[in-house]
Amino acid sequence: MRWLLQKDLQILRRSPLQLALLVLYPILIALLVGFAMTRGGEQTRVALYNAMPPSESLGFGGEEVDGNEIRDQLCDRVDCIEANSTAEATEMVEAGEATAAVVLPEDTGDRIRSLASLNPEPPVIQIIVNGSDTVENQVTDDRIDAMLGEANLLLAQRLSEGAKQYLDLILKGGELDLLGQEIEVLGLTKSEQILRKIEPKVPPGTDREELKRAITFAGLATDNLDLAGPLLTAITQPIQAEKIEVGDEAPSLDTFAIGVTTGFALMFVTVLLVAGSVALEREENAFTRLTAGLVSRSQILAAKIGLGTVVGTAVALILLSGLGIFVGIEWGRAPYWLLALVFGAAAFSAGGSALGAAAREVRAATLAAVMICLPVALLSLVPDDAVGPAIETAISLVSAIFPFRPTLDALTGGLELSGPSLWLPLLHLIILTVVYGALARLALRRF
Amino acid sequence: MPPAGASFFRRRVQGNLLKVKSQEPALAAREVSKSFDGREALGGVDFEVGPGEVVALIGPNGAGKTTLLSILAGISKPDSGQVEGHGVAWVPQQAALYRRLTVRENLLLFARLQHDAGLTSEAPQTMVERMLGLTGLSARADDPVGTLSGGNQQRVNIAIGLMAGPSVLLLDEPSVGLDPAQRERLWSFVLGLVGDGTSVTFSTHDIGEAERYAERIVVLAEGERVFNGTADELRSEVEAGGATGDLESSFLAFLRERGH
Repeated sequence: MRWLLQKDLQILRRSPLQLALLVLYPILIALLVGFAMTRGGEQTRVALYNAMPPSESLGFGGEEVDGNEIRDQLCDRVDCIEANSTAEATEMVEAGEATAAVVLPEDTGDRIRSLASLNPEPPVIQIIVNGSDTVENQVTDDRIDAMLGEANLLLAQRLSEGAKQYLDLILKGGELDLLGQEIEVLGLTKSEQILRKIEPKVPPGTDREELKRAITFAGLATDNLDLAGPLLTAITQPIQAEKIEVGDEAPSLDTFAIGVTTGFALMFVTVLLVAGSVALEREENAFTRLTAGLVSRSQILAAKIGLGTVVGTAVALILLSGLGIFVGIEWGRAPYWLLALVFGAAAFSAGGSALGAAAREVRAATLAAVMICLPVALLSLVPDDAVGPAIETAISLVSAIFPFRPTLDALTGGLELSGPSLWLPLLHLIILTVVYGALARLALRRF
Repeated sequence: MPPAGASFFRRRVQGNLLKVKSQEPALAAREVSKSFDGREALGGVDFEVGPGEVVALIGPNGAGKTTLLSILAGISKPDSGQVEGHGVAWVPQQAALYRRLTVRENLLLFARLQHDAGLTSEAPQTMVERMLGLTGLSARADDPVGTLSGGNQQRVNIAIGLMAGPSVLLLDEPSVGLDPAQRERLWSFVLGLVGDGTSVTFSTHDIGEAERYAERIVVLAEGERVFNGTADELRSEVEAGGATGDLESSFLAFLRERGH
């Protein structure tokens, strides 16, 4: 068997294009995915025109919010480009320099201040987007929503804090600045205390009864306004969620992305190589000669699976090394993810052997490998809750009989301690290797 | 036709033909039948080749030549009948070689496999050098097989068949696609082996080639052996029908007379 494996590696070495692809493919994929993963946080560019008077302070209830603070809050989730007018902001969007423009009108400050008055007029900001790109519009909408959410949260917090100060003044008393004059506010607590002191001195009768009612009101008001503070805080964050996770801890997004990338590379390289190599034995007319007393069909099959396992693992190692430049890969867990790579490569090789033996021609084997691998692997990535129960069952079945999903699970389990269990997918891959190996052996009978 | 069971062959010694009677055939098939998907490819065919004899298998397409050769080589099993013989090597019609590997690498691969399979005790490297000398391809040992001419590829193809030192060599249409010069070199090589005592059976559509190189001709038609004898005997079979001295015309007339 070793001579057959050595022969296949010699043939591989003699094909410069194939060899170059095997080396360049994982490097290229590693670069593309690595860049994509590290530049994922790049922000949407938004043109911002602030028409509010410079350094205008927006005070309400003793709380101060200035224009720059609102701008900073708006630009927390996006990359803001300053514009000097609404027209300039619009041009930036039209020219593609910005995906959207936000205009803060001149009266924004007045309107924000009015939120703390008896006649609130909510501020209205203008958002200008380019409607020609549906996908980009959706992304921009999400970014703008997030951006406004940040600004609204800031204002709501400041408004509630201002309202709480007013409530404290009514409750506990203090100084109030009204049109430049300091006014002393007694407060409900002190009012009740004063009234309780006076009450015994008032002769029984109608006046005393009225006084008792005033004391009762002051007491009730004091008790109830005490609850207003937490209530106002609750309004700014109406729903608070406590996240409880059950079941296995999911791997990080980075680990999952590395697993998917490596799984795809391993699948394509191994299945295509082995399927083509098996079919080549027939195209070179060597199969009959080999099996005429020199080696058995099973030995040829074992050599092909060995070839795919060696080459597939090597290619995946190059890919992981490339990805390791961009994202953290736990090299300390290498024994685990190497196991995943080897078993995954073996299962894909067995599948490739079955395809090559069934197709019997290199072109047909290659075409079948692409046509089967790609859709089945993509199907394995469809989340369970994204489809109905019947389709979910069908997808689970397809995922179970193809090595991609268990390879992905084994890889993520091997790459990250918090990933799925490693051993169950490995067992799954062993079973698939045996089953596909048996199918390939059957197909070789009529090769 | 010669009497059944008798085996005559001519051994070429220093350019002369010498008639020798064989005691035991080197390879014999008795009542061999084979069907594919209900279609009979061979129906009870007898065949034998004596030591050092050269036999040509001729017949129309689909006559069963390749099927008989593959059964004689042990590559496929007959549905019924027996095959007796040892040390049989088979050389397929198309070169069964890896085109991206060099001549030496191809020879070394098969030498190692033959050695590991216990078919030869000769060291693989020694055998490669011997085969390179035998084929006359030492100068091109490190060239990829895909760059060789059809004739040279066929020489490597035959050399691999000879590695285990077979007593019988089965060649399936060995000269297909070769020009006359390549064909002559190939036959010079094969007849050299015959001179060393190797029996050769080859299939061909070239009647002239069969007459030139074979001592005995076996004609297959629709899975049956319809003639077994020398070229002259084949001619005499149809002389009454008005055939000329041309063996190809005699062969065609022979088939026509028997409804093939």
